[in-house]
Amino acid sequence: MTGPRTLYDKLVDAHVVAPLDESGETVLLYVDRSVLNEYTSPQAFSGLRDTGRGVWRPEALLGVVDHVNATTPRRTAEMPDAGGAEQVAYFDRNCRDFGIELFDVLHPLQGIEHVVAPELGLILPGMVVAAGDSHTTTYGAFGALGFGIGTSDIEHMLATSTVVYRRLRPMRVEVTGQLSLGVTAKDLVMALIGEIGADGASGYAIEFAGEAVSALSLEGRMTICNMAVECGARGALVAPDQKVFDDLATRPRAPHGDLWARALAAWGTLRSDPEATFARGVVLAGEAIEPMVTWGTSPDQAMAIGGRVPDPDLAATPSRRRDAARALDYMGLSPGMALEDIRIDRAFIGSCTNARIEDLREAAQILRGRRVASGVRGLVVPGSSAVRRQAEAEGLDRVFLQAGFEWRQSGCSMCLAMNDDVLAPGERCASSTNRNFEGRQGAGGRTHLMSPAMVAAAAVCGRLADVRRLGA
Amino acid sequence: MQPFRSVTGVAAPFPAANVDTDVIMPKQFLKGIDRAGLDRGVLFDLRFDADGAPRPDFVLNQAPYRGAPFLVVGPNFGCGSSREHAVWGLAQLGVRALIGISFAGIFFDNCARNGLLAITLPADDHARLLALAAQPADHPFTIDLEAQTIRAGGELIPFVVEAPRRHALLEGLDAVGLSLARAAEIRAFEARHHALNPWLTPVEGRSRAG
Repeated sequence: MTGPRTLYDKLVDAHVVAPLDESGETVLLYVDRSVLNEYTSPQAFSGLRDTGRGVWRPEALLGVVDHVNATTPRRTAEMPDAGGAEQVAYFDRNCRDFGIELFDVLHPLQGIEHVVAPELGLILPGMVVAAGDSHTTTYGAFGALGFGIGTSDIEHMLATSTVVYRRLRPMRVEVTGQLSLGVTAKDLVMALIGEIGADGASGYAIEFAGEAVSALSLEGRMTICNMAVECGARGALVAPDQKVFDDLATRPRAPHGDLWARALAAWGTLRSDPEATFARGVVLAGEAIEPMVTWGTSPDQAMAIGGRVPDPDLAATPSRRRDAARALDYMGLSPGMALEDIRIDRAFIGSCTNARIEDLREAAQILRGRRVASGVRGLVVPGSSAVRRQAEAEGLDRVFLQAGFEWRQSGCSMCLAMNDDVLAPGERCASSTNRNFEGRQGAGGRTHLMSPAMVAAAAVCGRLADVRRLGA
Repeated sequence: MQPFRSVTGVAAPFPAANVDTDVIMPKQFLKGIDRAGLDRGVLFDLRFDADGAPRPDFVLNQAPYRGAPFLVVGPNFGCGSSREHAVWGLAQLGVRALIGISFAGIFFDNCARNGLLAITLPADDHARLLALAAQPADHPFTIDLEAQTIRAGGELIPFVVEAPRRHALLEGLDAVGLSLARAAEIRAFEARHHALNPWLTPVEGRSRAG
């Protein structure tokens, strides 16, 4: 029907219910699956109630409480504040009334939505998944087109299993060669964001490719697809390969038997055609990527750990100078300061970007036999209750506790601090999360993004540190 | 949804890059189950000091710009979290249009769903309007969505809004209602899609709460 197509084009084409303009740029797009949370969904359900509309396909949906719950070690149904309690109660009522499966805070499979859905095997290659959270891009690691939507579009998706969608332009990000020892998927995606800027992929869907991407574990691919939204990509894909199929084969809700065999045959074709053209291409050399940290208040204000805080006066344009100066003022940093001289108060390992089992293993490896520096408070919040149990089975909880970290229950926690895990004004945190925005982890709080192993290294040293010197 | 045809008023300059939705609507305003009271939360830490008093140096607290229906914003406005609360708050504050260079994708769609017109302009047009916005008394802006023009200070600057979004904004249409009118098409698509890819047909969850 058409010429060579990219994987992104194929996924969109396969889900077009109807074009909504003459060019076919805006389409009514079918959504195979979604996850819902307690904080972006309430007004969507209220919209359905107000108009007397139903949910088109409740069995395609999973509700998970994750954003507002406490992560204190002993799990209770109690929420940290009245607003959160009201959201959770309304979420429970909505899921019940509309027939949607819910993992509430006491459910043994509760966790961060983007960690839980893949654990169940709900995310399959070739799917379109739209959900009320920007980090829905995570699912690209499976060769599924995942993207975030607002609450109005959640309501639309609930009522119709579709969204009004404008096609993005495909962009290819190739990472050649191999990542060096101590360099992780997080460093790769932070290097990309630093290279192309916080809007460098705005209007694009990224397809990650190249030897270094193929070598990443499925969890590492989830990390890069998750954080691709921080350079503006509202979709990020890795063509599915044997690693994906092997993982799904172990998941409880992935297809079985005859369906599995048919699915496998179809999934093998999910890749960009060799002649397909991309609107933009970026090539990074894997060997050149070093452990990364952010110094400012935007994820693109990032550099290798060996660097120094940049001088705003050297920025290219007056507006960039102003933005960089404001960021340094907020972060309480001076130009020229070595990044490794920045002292921290808190260390946080958690979030849908970096709280799966491999992340916890990597951090624990650094912490084994070491202690958190005096004055530093460390928190580990596993990505899901299942990850927590797995880590305990491997003895990682003991490693964290013996190193002086707190070992918590699952949730989004201090990634966005909607619960009671919050930085105090002026506190500085080494964080394995995805956003270093002003106030993100608490009003006046200062966030430095990095990999989980780098957080562990910073916790031990009491300041930002190169994990490679601690034997990563 | 309130239709947008032609609106005249003051445009406030707010050109910082990468203004994220955490800054536009901080977390303490996300704890509701309705949309009430979000005007207070808009750009809260920029508009108000620690005691809740307005910061006199912030543009929207200055006399000519108070209640301005337009903001001239910087690149990548609305990046970060998907929280639609940011757009609800801006609309409740009386903001009708944002004039920018680029917008984050989710935020851009959220604007369209709430009758808030987000206009993307080339850098030179944007710079001219930013300069005019600095002289609010002399230069009210008129944004005409039907004609797709911004008139200000003798300038007439064209912009483009793709047809489906423009139509929805002009008419104030309910997108869910429009799509539900295509229910038969959706059902037919779904039947084909699931016949072709039977492993995609969702099955009832096995551990429903209660």
